[in-house]
Amino acid sequence: MATCKYDWPEAAERHLIGKPISRIDGPAKSSGRAKYTYDINRPGMLFGKVLRCPHAHAKVTSIDISEAKNLPGVKAVRVIQGEGKEILWGGDEIACVAAVSEEVAEDAIRRIKVQYEELPFLVNEEDLERAQSQGHTRAPSVQTKGDPDKAFADPDVVISEGYYGAPVITHCCLETHGQVTEYDGSDHLRVWISTQGVSTIPQQFAEVLGLPATHVEAICDYIGGGFGSKFQIDRWGVECARLSKDAGGKAVKLMLERDAELKVAGTRPSAFAKVKVAAKKDGTLVAWQSEAWGTGGVAGAGVPPLPYVLEGIPNQSKKYTAVSTNTGGARAWRAPNHPQAAVLTLCALDDLAAKLEMDPIEFLTKNTGLAPEHLGETYNDELAKVAELSEWKKYWHPRGRGGSGRIRRGLGVSIHTWGGRGHNSNCDVLIQPDGSVEVRLGSQDLGTGTRTVIAIVAAETLGLPVEAIKVTLGDSRYPYSGASGGSTTVGGVSASTRRGSVDARDQLFAAVAPALGVPPDQLEAAAGHIRVKGNPAKSLSWKQACARLGTKTIQATGKNPGPCELGSSGVGGAQVADVSVDTETGRIKVNRMIAAQDCGLIIDMKTAESQVYGAMIMGISYALFEERVMDDQTGIMLNPNMEFYKLATIGDIPEFIVHMMTGPQYDRRGVIGLGEPPVISPGAAISNAVANAIGVRVPTLPLTPDKVLAALEKA
Amino acid sequence: MKIKVKVNGAWREDEVEPRLLLVHYLRDVAGLTGTHIGCETSICGACTVLVNGEAVKSCTLFAVQADGAEILTIEGLAPDGQLHPLQQGFWEEHGLQCGFCTPGMILASYQLLKRNPHPSPEEIRQGLEGNLCRCTGYQHIVKAVEWAAARMSS
Repeated sequence: MATCKYDWPEAAERHLIGKPISRIDGPAKSSGRAKYTYDINRPGMLFGKVLRCPHAHAKVTSIDISEAKNLPGVKAVRVIQGEGKEILWGGDEIACVAAVSEEVAEDAIRRIKVQYEELPFLVNEEDLERAQSQGHTRAPSVQTKGDPDKAFADPDVVISEGYYGAPVITHCCLETHGQVTEYDGSDHLRVWISTQGVSTIPQQFAEVLGLPATHVEAICDYIGGGFGSKFQIDRWGVECARLSKDAGGKAVKLMLERDAELKVAGTRPSAFAKVKVAAKKDGTLVAWQSEAWGTGGVAGAGVPPLPYVLEGIPNQSKKYTAVSTNTGGARAWRAPNHPQAAVLTLCALDDLAAKLEMDPIEFLTKNTGLAPEHLGETYNDELAKVAELSEWKKYWHPRGRGGSGRIRRGLGVSIHTWGGRGHNSNCDVLIQPDGSVEVRLGSQDLGTGTRTVIAIVAAETLGLPVEAIKVTLGDSRYPYSGASGGSTTVGGVSASTRRGSVDARDQLFAAVAPALGVPPDQLEAAAGHIRVKGNPAKSLSWKQACARLGTKTIQATGKNPGPCELGSSGVGGAQVADVSVDTETGRIKVNRMIAAQDCGLIIDMKTAESQVYGAMIMGISYALFEERVMDDQTGIMLNPNMEFYKLATIGDIPEFIVHMMTGPQYDRRGVIGLGEPPVISPGAAISNAVANAIGVRVPTLPLTPDKVLAALEKA
Repeated sequence: MKIKVKVNGAWREDEVEPRLLLVHYLRDVAGLTGTHIGCETSICGACTVLVNGEAVKSCTLFAVQADGAEILTIEGLAPDGQLHPLQQGFWEEHGLQCGFCTPGMILASYQLLKRNPHPSPEEIRQGLEGNLCRCTGYQHIVKAVEWAAARMSS
């Protein structure tokens, strides 16, 4: 039984929570009615365009906007970085215009004359020595634990050494970054913006534009992908607002072109490492050594958490060097730093297991005690589950013993972790006298199903069907709810909605208790009725009950954090990849991906599973195809388009088996976020499967045919 | 230039610039924003519409090239609010997350089912290879098309 007022209902009492429920925004999205930022058109709206720097590193020596200003149809021209400014990466903003049509705006951009003094640059970082010699590295961070030298010197340990890496990739959201800005008078700004943080937008604009935050409204009903790249208002957002102001307050729409999206609107940092790792002959891990580096643009990159997951390895020596490159900056990319750390760690451990001639699942299971806190047990359950579902015993073979034919098959495994504690969230739950119910909050639905989980929680609490709940989000005028990052949204909004719905329900109980002749605490909301516990015949229909409110609307505010823990953090997951490699062409085909994933209490099984499927496909995409290619000679990005920035297509998808870990030990932990964790393992799992198939490691992602053939040749 | 096109069953005439792309015509002139713009270079398929019954990436055509043509956009698939089996299938089988690629996916699937009412999963994958989803719902998209195929033939 629930011990705290706001607890989640026990498994046997749940009618909706945990069931596979179709998303409530499905019809809007499948009929073209859903309006994305790109779709917002305002009366008299102007179109904004940005002139971008064509050099990786340069100084602006002169800029002339007069011709652009004089072009008919141009309403505003702004210099963003003018004479004397040093530009540190290709594609950075130089100037912008607003005009009556996109075509005129483009014509105006072409009429802006800029002269640059080109400066030396570095755009590629895999060659660390070159980066060092050109002064592009930061002081390394060095950490030591235990006595790694002694541990590696022990004659009884087996040591494996290798080189591993993952390159810079981009977010490549299908809807590019951008916004429509419009002034109402001189000091009220409305902005429709493709964002992951509706409630955080007003303050960001207010700070830069010198307006009170209360005078800024942000709206985002639907967003075409974010993946961590859409938290900031960005310089183009600020300039869009300034163009509106310069044009007398008119709305200006400025969406990034695809090339700009790939050059400047977000990347995942690279990570490369030389790794040395040691275990006793029975497989017990004893020592880790890594020299890692990577770049996230001019500012360098965050340090990947090494050794990943099995952080309790007793002896460790770690060095990390951030490389500064003249490239578009990194942003949080779905589970920041984790996919890279998984590649560097789980591939190194897989090579060690091969050297020990151990089955990698047995090897990992032997070492899960080195994972943080409670996770060891979760991993053991999950590893056993993926072994069973993948028929591991049947299909796995020792490394390189995949036959001698042209096509070789192999299996690989990886594990991952993520936090996912619910963020700060507030919502208003309204029950109207006509029986209609609305939950309002300044949150956003990235496509993960946020609207749907809110509706499920409110409906479960009020004893109503999901369709009875109207969820209104995507506007900063509603109660503050945190940005959607770090897989924190489902935990935050489900808890605030639960608390608000419980309080709203209790207000309704108080209003109808006299009519039912029992104290309010003897009432329950179930099956569309308010009824007396243990005596369901004594009841009012939901509509009858609400009619008792007269003209008074119930409004209750739910908050997270709040009383009763409704969520926690720290999930585990395990994945197996099954691949076939063509040893003549180097082409890899993923046959199957198998996942076991924990995310605490699941609200909607359908949207939860969908996150795992989607994440694994995104993982196949970065494992096999994705890479930002920078030209050493010119400093520009060679593939800022979707022809040559390759994404997985529907033809690349294998068979999937997804198993969500459920049961009392998971429920008890409350709701935990899920959007990020399952995207972490595919790179390592697929790389390990390839090594298992062909007997040799392809060191870095993406595992393109040329690299596979090179690795085979070297072997 | 003046063009006359039949969009979702209704003829309309508009004065357009020769360089105006069909996708911009549909979105900005006809006000049908359900047709999305993704890659701008005919790779992603978010802008797929039917022109005289053929699935076309509307960023590869100028509006003037569609003069005299019949165009079906996602809005025309459910004119009276009753979802087409494909739209229902994408909802029921969770063939969408952010939904940005969905209109194009549905219209590409529409043509696929017209040519082959009972496609195998392999044929669905082949038929939709010109449409990208970043979220990515590929697995469920295959199921959504199968769901619609079953519904349409019953």
